[in-house]
Amino acid sequence: MTGPGLDLALTVPGRLDVALRADPGEVLAVIGPNGAGKTTLLHALSGLVPAAGHARLGDRELLAQPVRERRVGLVFQDQVLFPHLSALENVAFGLRARGTPRARAREAAAAWLERVGLAELAGRRPSQLSGGQAQRVAIARALVTEPALLLLDEPMAGLDVGVAADLRVELRRHLADFGGVAVLVTHDALDALTLATRVVVLEGGRVAQEGPPEEVAARPRTEHVARLVGLNVVRREGRLAAFRPSDVTLSLEQPVGSARLVWHGPVRTLAPHGDAVRVQVAARPDLIADVTPLAARDLGLEPGVEVWLAVKATAVATYATDDPA
Amino acid sequence: MTTLADAAPTRHRDPLGRPPALLVVPAVLAVLLLTVPLVALVGQTDWPGLPARLATPALREALWLSVLTSTLAIGACLLLGLPLAWLLAKVDFRGRGLVRALITVPLVLPPVVAGIALRAAFGRSGWLGEPVLDLTGFAFPYTTWGVVLAHTFVCLPFVVISIEGGFRSAGSQYDAAAATLGAGRWTTFRRVTVPLALPGIVAGTVLGWARSLGEFGATITFNGNYPGTTQTMPTLIYVARQSDAETAQALSLVMLAISVLVLVALRDRWLGTVRS
Repeated sequence: MTGPGLDLALTVPGRLDVALRADPGEVLAVIGPNGAGKTTLLHALSGLVPAAGHARLGDRELLAQPVRERRVGLVFQDQVLFPHLSALENVAFGLRARGTPRARAREAAAAWLERVGLAELAGRRPSQLSGGQAQRVAIARALVTEPALLLLDEPMAGLDVGVAADLRVELRRHLADFGGVAVLVTHDALDALTLATRVVVLEGGRVAQEGPPEEVAARPRTEHVARLVGLNVVRREGRLAAFRPSDVTLSLEQPVGSARLVWHGPVRTLAPHGDAVRVQVAARPDLIADVTPLAARDLGLEPGVEVWLAVKATAVATYATDDPA
Repeated sequence: MTTLADAAPTRHRDPLGRPPALLVVPAVLAVLLLTVPLVALVGQTDWPGLPARLATPALREALWLSVLTSTLAIGACLLLGLPLAWLLAKVDFRGRGLVRALITVPLVLPPVVAGIALRAAFGRSGWLGEPVLDLTGFAFPYTTWGVVLAHTFVCLPFVVISIEGGFRSAGSQYDAAAATLGAGRWTTFRRVTVPLALPGIVAGTVLGWARSLGEFGATITFNGNYPGTTQTMPTLIYVARQSDAETAQALSLVMLAISVLVLVALRDRWLGTVRS
């Protein structure tokens, strides 16, 4: 099936001011730091937060409709499953509320629970479900009503790594079957890269960057996204320069030689990162460098030690700040 | 000699230190003040004579009337109070604070004053009472309906405030979730809001019923004390006390037993189990 496209320009005073378009079948990953307006965007689209502007879904104006008529499926960050209803009744709720006869609603709900692999847990209350199971029920509850727009608020948050990985695979399948526009708020670069067709970076309630996941990951415009994808990004002569932490060399003396970019500052933190040690240096801006444990020991790295960072010019991708990513 | 066993932590030793006597002594006095009269009531009861004192038509009538009027009153409280509590908890309307303040007044009002105020409104020459009397020939005072009205007036604020607390503590995010799933406010009220607030609603109802059962001041002021129509248990006890202290005590014992039963029912059925 294919749903309607989305065209929005929304303002929530003091919190959000964004304009976006999305075609049917697109999955927009919305990333950004805490307080960037990600959840506000979802709540404005579903109607839980009043917003000005427009949000056209196909030929409907969402802002002109009350919450219950918008047919927007919202999967809440903490699920908000009805605690007094079983998993089956939770999933059937939306159909019952829209007037589907009880037996048909339960049948459809049971089919969806089967699809998310929870058929045998249909009778359980939310308090008897694990985090991953509850999230699957929440997704089924939203999708069973065949919403015209699907909104997911950090569906993988708070789950164990393995559980999140399984759910990510499953979610990918549901999103492929969905056909309408899906908006996925996430904190995780992996979600954005694996699930989304387009990434929207919010900062301070505005769109800071927008583009295909691989573009945004390769040429991040904000420090937040650079950190998410594990890149350094610096502003140089009105352009942005991105490079990998593993291409950075650390030294205690000022490095000599040409065709290098060089910074200087005290070590802020040290943390294991795979086989390497990830060193965060307060070099205005904060930069990260991956060094071997041996090098970290030889250099005597610890918080407060002044170090020089250098990266070869050939390892730096430079791009304009304002060209479309 | 100190052994390891001596040093083992015990339940009685508070790691923060012994509670000060300045706090413990008044607390114990408070418990005694609240329990001694009830224990004395039970202790002084003339048990062998009890069945005879209780097997009177006056008691049967008054007890029945009390249960009947309290149940009708709590029904009226729920019918009117549940919607009001919902509005106060869930709808942000102008003057909400004022409405809440107004309905709290009867809660702190002396019941006798409530009776006088009810007369001013529903008495035979009251603002509402007179036109109603002219139109229908019916007047509330000195009737069983008057008792129900007085009970409802006294208990409604109590019920509304407890149920509003129940609605609030259940959280508003479930109402939001129901709305995104296409549920209108009535469906959400019925299927989500009320079931989630049920422990609070039941607790408010039972406590309101118990409060209504003991209502005395407003009832006797508004309705007098006529056996069979307006004489409830508290008014019967009040009258008995003037002639026969022993009977008054026996009747009080019945009321005490009902109060204890209500508390036990409330604790076991709702406050304890539903939440867990």
